[in-house]
Amino acid sequence: MSAVLEVTDLRIQFGGVKAVDGLSFVANSKEIIAVIGPNGAGKTSAFNCITGFYKPTGGSVKLNGAEITGKRPADIAAGGVARTFQNLRLFPDLTVLDNVRAGMHLYGGQNFLDAIFHTPRFKRSETLYTDEAHYWLDFVGYKGPRGVPIRNLAYGQQKQVEIARALARKAELLLLDEPAAGLNHNEKQTLLELVRRIRDLGTAVVLIEHDMGLVMEVSERIVVMNFGKEIAEGTPAQVKANPAVIEAYLGKDDEEEVQSRGDA
Amino acid sequence: MSQIIWDGLFVGSFYALIALGYSMVYGIIKLLNFAHGDLYMLGAFIGFAVLASFGGLATSLGLFALIIVMMLSMVITGTVGVVIERLAYRPLRGAPRLAVLITAVGASFTLEYGIAAIAGPNPRGFPIRLTGDVFVVLGARVTLPQIVLMIIAGLLMIALDTYIRRTSTGRAMRAISLDMKGSLLMGVNVNAVISRTFFIGSALAGAAGVMAGAYYGKIDFLMGFIIGLKAFTAAVIGGIGNIRGAMLGGLVLGLIEAFGSELVGGQWRDAFAFAVLILFLTLRPTGILGERVTERV
Amino acid sequence: MSENTDTTFAPPPPHKKNTLGGRITAIFENKYIGWPALAIALLMPFITASAYSLNVMTTALIFVVLAAGLNIVVGYCGLLDLGYIAFLAVGAYTAGILSKMFELPVLFTLPAVIVMTVLAGLIIGAPTLRLRSDYLAIVTLGFGEITRITANNLQVTGGPSGIFGIPSFLTIGGVDLQEPVIFYYITVLIVAGLVLAAARLGKSRLGRAWRYVKEDEDAAEAMGIHTYKVKLLAYIFGAIWGGFAGILFASHLSAVSPQSFLFLQSALVLMAVVLGGMGNMKGVVIGALVISLLPELLRDFAEYRYLVFGVLLVVVMVFRPQGFWPARGQEPERKMTAVDAAVIEGRSR
Repeated sequence: MSAVLEVTDLRIQFGGVKAVDGLSFVANSKEIIAVIGPNGAGKTSAFNCITGFYKPTGGSVKLNGAEITGKRPADIAAGGVARTFQNLRLFPDLTVLDNVRAGMHLYGGQNFLDAIFHTPRFKRSETLYTDEAHYWLDFVGYKGPRGVPIRNLAYGQQKQVEIARALARKAELLLLDEPAAGLNHNEKQTLLELVRRIRDLGTAVVLIEHDMGLVMEVSERIVVMNFGKEIAEGTPAQVKANPAVIEAYLGKDDEEEVQSRGDA
Repeated sequence: MSQIIWDGLFVGSFYALIALGYSMVYGIIKLLNFAHGDLYMLGAFIGFAVLASFGGLATSLGLFALIIVMMLSMVITGTVGVVIERLAYRPLRGAPRLAVLITAVGASFTLEYGIAAIAGPNPRGFPIRLTGDVFVVLGARVTLPQIVLMIIAGLLMIALDTYIRRTSTGRAMRAISLDMKGSLLMGVNVNAVISRTFFIGSALAGAAGVMAGAYYGKIDFLMGFIIGLKAFTAAVIGGIGNIRGAMLGGLVLGLIEAFGSELVGGQWRDAFAFAVLILFLTLRPTGILGERVTERV
Repeated sequence: MSENTDTTFAPPPPHKKNTLGGRITAIFENKYIGWPALAIALLMPFITASAYSLNVMTTALIFVVLAAGLNIVVGYCGLLDLGYIAFLAVGAYTAGILSKMFELPVLFTLPAVIVMTVLAGLIIGAPTLRLRSDYLAIVTLGFGEITRITANNLQVTGGPSGIFGIPSFLTIGGVDLQEPVIFYYITVLIVAGLVLAAARLGKSRLGRAWRYVKEDEDAAEAMGIHTYKVKLLAYIFGAIWGGFAGILFASHLSAVSPQSFLFLQSALVLMAVVLGGMGNMKGVVIGALVISLLPELLRDFAEYRYLVFGVLLVVVMVFRPQGFWPARGQEPERKMTAVDAAVIEGRSR
């Protein structure tokens, strides 16, 4: 286990609002970490800082020891980071396969001359793209049609495709932003198993999630955020019992709900 | 020197009048109404048509007839602006930017070649030509028509500014430009306000068209094209979406053009204006008075 | 923010196979439709070989190249370029000036034309491609006008009268390839090649990158795609196609003047792309042929043609924004070949 992601004293400010205010945590390879916290705690902002969509106003983000703070998203992605988005940012008019191929873009293998003249290299590259796209769709357990535009698919299927696309990046760090939102119970179970399989590939998985049952079941470590910084960190059991967390977020009623859902 | 400044301010007030419509529409629905410059052209042609049909009576009444015609033209151009919004832009309210822009190009084409089909492709002479005494003020040759037209333009702009600041519609415009959904939820009749915005913006462009026709004496179906681009430049310089910015931008552009023409020669005038546009958009896209808007992922 | 519910540019649902319309569509969407089309083009001179009709058909084909190039910029990558004709101007003037100055056949100016158009693409693209689409549109228009005004004002470009007496395309063994019928055939072959090349680019990794950037820039960035570079590449390829068109244009007309590079021309090319079906090369070719040939076929209504085009543009965008023949957005469901899972998972990054 080595630290894939090191966030140290991360800060970002929008005008007077301190969305992230000194966040620090570490994610190791082959680990599943959940980042939880009330709405407005700064979770997605932190993701955006890590992936380069926001430029942090302070602190540092390191990927495998290398500083990536403030780099542009494409460079950070190339360095080994993949993500999904809170509001599903797929390419709506492109096919399922093409969407997954987006994750593979950096594996190239062809230039424009290859494309124009349909060289053997081009054909091999295209076959590769198609094969791997199918592979990742199989990996996430996707059962829908693959040659149709995304916009025709059910929400749950679209979420699967987005994860497949992120996986196609073959990144060391995978950030999932509310992957369970809008899923029904069965779909959440599938997601749970999928996250574990991704972890087994060696990836460091960091997920933002509001579904406490899922979080408690799947995470090895939880980082609790509030007001832009972490207020607690530890195993699910530790976090559940942490008074600061209970006070800020879980509360007594929610704790009982978590217990019953864990039993179901 | 002062001549250049005066000439620049004069042309600049035309730019400002037209830039206002551009900025207002952009501010409220984030659309660059590509057909806006053609409303200026339409105004000129309507003025032309009305004056031509009244023949000698009109020319004898001179400035007075011009003002009547201008107001009539404003009403008609305003209406046409509203119609365009209804037919071409409203159906595409939620559509991607690309679609709306293309439609705007289509609307522009329709206006231009519609007028060309009706009035012919050749330039026409405007029935009323404003002539007047020449004064020399601070070393610049200033003609009476120039002063009169600038006063009219100035009055229109003040009227607009007051309207935006004082009336409920004006407030509604500002509200919608900040948050359309919120305004809808607060009971603002967004469609009506948008229509009104188009009406006012188009009417101002039409007014400028009539004045230009009377001042320069010639009108043609493509006169709105370059003017539209320059008005857009003016709006960008001042800060697009900002009403006072449009006025400021118009004057600034007029001055820049006047000085630029002195430097590089008249035939480069338009190219110079576009170069300024590109410079501003590259270096200071928010313009002089504009504000930065951040986007959340 | 992308809106998943927006169906503006979405392809319509797949056609029913058994209706007449469905069968006709199926024919047109066949992969090999290009061959019969090429055959028709090659046979046209046997139907009508007057100087006039050869002239019209050659011009129409040059227009097709422009539409193909703009399809890369607008159709594939979603960049609304309203000043595309500037690239035709750069190509045509470079070809015309150099071939006249050095008494070369126009074909030999090809390397210089490519260099100049790539430069033009870089100069125009570099500052503007960071802008949002509305501003990009107007700024490219501005560049188009600047190009025309510059051509109009400079000595070297011949001012308002332009360049004339441009040598022919090529003379081999005493045969002047500028002779109308021969040049028509050359144009057919070159244009076919350029259209095919552009279509193939669209179906490659780069073509996919263009589409990703068009659909959702942020998501594309998150996948490691440098959106700025990708946009610039779209622009440059568009410029190169414009350059090719410029070479054909200069030798075909043997004269180049600023009058040919009005905004009107940029708008017409845009119309061909939009009406034909943005992103679909076959549709764009047909759109280009319709826009360039229709006015010739309907001479009587010449005055109204641009008015009709303008109205058509609005109507199409309101009712069928994907164009008459939209990009299909489908691919076969093919299963993957046998691949070792571990190989994929462990493949070096």
